[in-house]
Amino acid sequence: MSLLHLTPKGLYCEAGDFFVDPWEPVDRAVITHAHSDHATWGSYSYLTSVPGVNVLRARLEMGARIRGVEYGETVALNATTVSLHPAGHILGSSQVRIEHRGEVWVVSGDYKTDPDPTCTPFEPVLCHTFVTESTFGLPIYRWPSQADVFAEINAWWRANAAAGRTSLLLGYALGKAQRLLAGLDPDIGPILTHGAVERMTGVYRQDGIELPPTQYAGAAGSRADATGAIVIAPPYADASLWSRRFGNHSTGFASGWMMVRGARRQRSGLDRGFALSDHVDWPSLLAAIEATGAGEVWVTHGYTGPVVRWLQERGVDAKAVATRFEGERAEVTETSQDELSDSAAPLPPSPAASSP
Amino acid sequence: MKAFAHLYTALDETTATKEKVAALADYFRSAPPADAAWAVHFLNGRRPKRLISSGKLRAWAAEEAGVPAWLFEESYQAVGDLAETITLLLPAGGESSELPLSHWVEERLLRLRGEDDDVQREDMVASWRELDSRERFVWNKLITGSFRVGASQQLVTRALTEVSGVPEGVIAHRLMGAWDPTPEFFERLIAPDTSDADVSRPYPFFLAHPLEGEPGTLGDAGEWIAEWKWDGIRAQLIRRAGRTFLWSRGEELLAGRFPEVEETGGLLPDGTVIDGELIPWLDGAPLPFAQLQRRIGRKNLGAKILDEVPVVLVAYDLLEAAGVDIRALPLSERRLRLAALVESVPSGRLLLSTAVPAPNWLAATNARREAREVGAEGLMLKRLSSSYGVGRRRGDWWKWKVDPLTVDAVLIYAQPGSGKRAGLFTDYTFGIWEGSHLVPFAKAYTGLTDEEIRKVDAFVRRNTLEKFGPVRTVKPELVFELHFEGIQRSSRHKSGIAVRFPRMARWRTDKKAEEADTIETVRALLSP
Repeated sequence: MSLLHLTPKGLYCEAGDFFVDPWEPVDRAVITHAHSDHATWGSYSYLTSVPGVNVLRARLEMGARIRGVEYGETVALNATTVSLHPAGHILGSSQVRIEHRGEVWVVSGDYKTDPDPTCTPFEPVLCHTFVTESTFGLPIYRWPSQADVFAEINAWWRANAAAGRTSLLLGYALGKAQRLLAGLDPDIGPILTHGAVERMTGVYRQDGIELPPTQYAGAAGSRADATGAIVIAPPYADASLWSRRFGNHSTGFASGWMMVRGARRQRSGLDRGFALSDHVDWPSLLAAIEATGAGEVWVTHGYTGPVVRWLQERGVDAKAVATRFEGERAEVTETSQDELSDSAAPLPPSPAASSP
Repeated sequence: MKAFAHLYTALDETTATKEKVAALADYFRSAPPADAAWAVHFLNGRRPKRLISSGKLRAWAAEEAGVPAWLFEESYQAVGDLAETITLLLPAGGESSELPLSHWVEERLLRLRGEDDDVQREDMVASWRELDSRERFVWNKLITGSFRVGASQQLVTRALTEVSGVPEGVIAHRLMGAWDPTPEFFERLIAPDTSDADVSRPYPFFLAHPLEGEPGTLGDAGEWIAEWKWDGIRAQLIRRAGRTFLWSRGEELLAGRFPEVEETGGLLPDGTVIDGELIPWLDGAPLPFAQLQRRIGRKNLGAKILDEVPVVLVAYDLLEAAGVDIRALPLSERRLRLAALVESVPSGRLLLSTAVPAPNWLAATNARREAREVGAEGLMLKRLSSSYGVGRRRGDWWKWKVDPLTVDAVLIYAQPGSGKRAGLFTDYTFGIWEGSHLVPFAKAYTGLTDEEIRKVDAFVRRNTLEKFGPVRTVKPELVFELHFEGIQRSSRHKSGIAVRFPRMARWRTDKKAEEADTIETVRALLSP
């Protein structure tokens, strides 16, 4: 008996009468995390983890009804028992555990198992059926050590500063940007931020996440002296008027896609790619699936084909599920009003918030 | 290997020309001449003949990585480059290698040739285990022979000039033709002494820029000469020391490929270099390029093909006369000498590129309209006072092609690109209507902006009807205006039509698939 069904509005649990990360407004939405492909505005009520409440509120319309539950706390939703467990993706990200008559399903949302000082680490949850992402589900994706990547980023920044250049480092405004901030060496120089980054960073700080001091780089058209500084901005900022003010600068992009040279070269004007992702790489993906003990695996967004085949060849009952979650190209191509916007002030409700 | 891998990374990590040149110059300054020579060799796009088939490399790498063949292929589709795929899949690398590049090339790479599979396999696996991941990537690039790093020949030349003080033109010339990447070669390459012994060496070709505006912007028409722009193989015919050499623009020695032209070379006086175009020519008129293609790539040229597709050299320019480099003379002077020379050669295989009468720009504009009828691609406009330069320079030589033919066609198949375009659907097949069916008509890969490519890529993913390996059949919905230079009947194409240089000129978002062109309208473009 299937606890979840794929419907035109998203993954639906009939026994509990709720959706997990619906892509259209519904009565009751359980949200894994606040990226826009998982958290769509307009639903009547939202359930998310306590650490995820403020970031989700920053991404949804004002006055959205959001209820927070602690990680591991159980909630009865009709005939089901639901609990949220850390997914290690961004602040407040969760896996959703659903139990009904002894049957247990877990929906992972997006997740990573690597350490990240800006969010609670991933915890494996035993289940019968595991619904997993597969954004980087190919063996070419094996993340280098995080310490090495941050050493590379800091060395690049230091060399640029010494040459009188600004470092423009691109990464998603929610999650990636804060993880980057946490890994920068603030002794090298000032850290400036794009409005979208500054706003989400403010939410992280309110929630008690320690991050180095940042300065809002100012609205488009202003001329900040950013020589020697590093500027953290969302990925599209480099193509916009916004980045022109920095004059002589070197551009880097922090994303799992940067493992592959071609992906870096597809973006013109990109000098450096840093392979830093908030998703699991291939070995971690396989390990995470195995740790759930699940006999059945649903594979969503990403390299579903190879992951399903790999699991099937190992006797796991796996199938691909065509959700509208993004992932395959999302980190390179996604654009959205929210991230394009350059204001540090809270935005009015936006139908298209952003995602990595 | 370490230093060379470091150079590769430095070139790869910047988009700034100045920094690339600086990285190259640093390398040339510190590398031993034996390494520098190999570096110049590879950076100029020269490569050893294929040593190991890609199928074997894939199999060995997949096994070493512990990955099944199907997953290796999936990975390759995402990466788009074999050397990189192998690098990313192999288990964590070994120590970095302090052995010089020349050792890796001469003692390891070239030794692979002719060995049986078991030995090759053992050597490859051993090399992977010895190198760190950055070096492995460069090593795999050398093995697969796809060594490109965004440092053009021009940048290499500039860096060598920076290191040696020898002018760029001289370096460029010394890099032409046949040479072996030896330490002696590298020392000669950067030597201040400009005397030069190689009799086969061609000159760097001078290339024209496309003329985008009206010719009126070029000033007085009387200062210019117009010639037909032929669609063949640009070549230099060299006669020195009693020997003849025919070089293509790609610096390939065309020995034995155009025997009729080489034979004519034997009639030239010693110390002669002619720049021209190899064109299939029958009964006083050019044949379509497709006819020349029948000859290209054939190992044995039988009497039949030589008879059906005879080739001539249409002479554009004279670069060397009586052993003297005359490239600095004005074109008007070089042409006079060229005309006299061609006249003196009793062979129908060497023709003078005739001047198209164009006393004013109106006459030139009218002449250009007739180009397609003549079998030419358009006009060349050259300033009579111009010297023969190096590479593609703006100002004195312009190519002014006829307006392309255009057809509106529907996207029907898409396939991921490779290299820079890996993982994106960038290679498209277009169909035109034959009754109620779309018949495949042309493939095109170029002409869209990055932004448009992303949009088409997203469309392909959402609208895939069927998958055949990497190829996807997509919902026939998107219409593109295709441009191409020529159109021919063809029995090898489903539509019965082959086009030359198709590319996407515009995404016709204003058109529906039903409004695309039909096979009838396209056939009407065929000349009778």
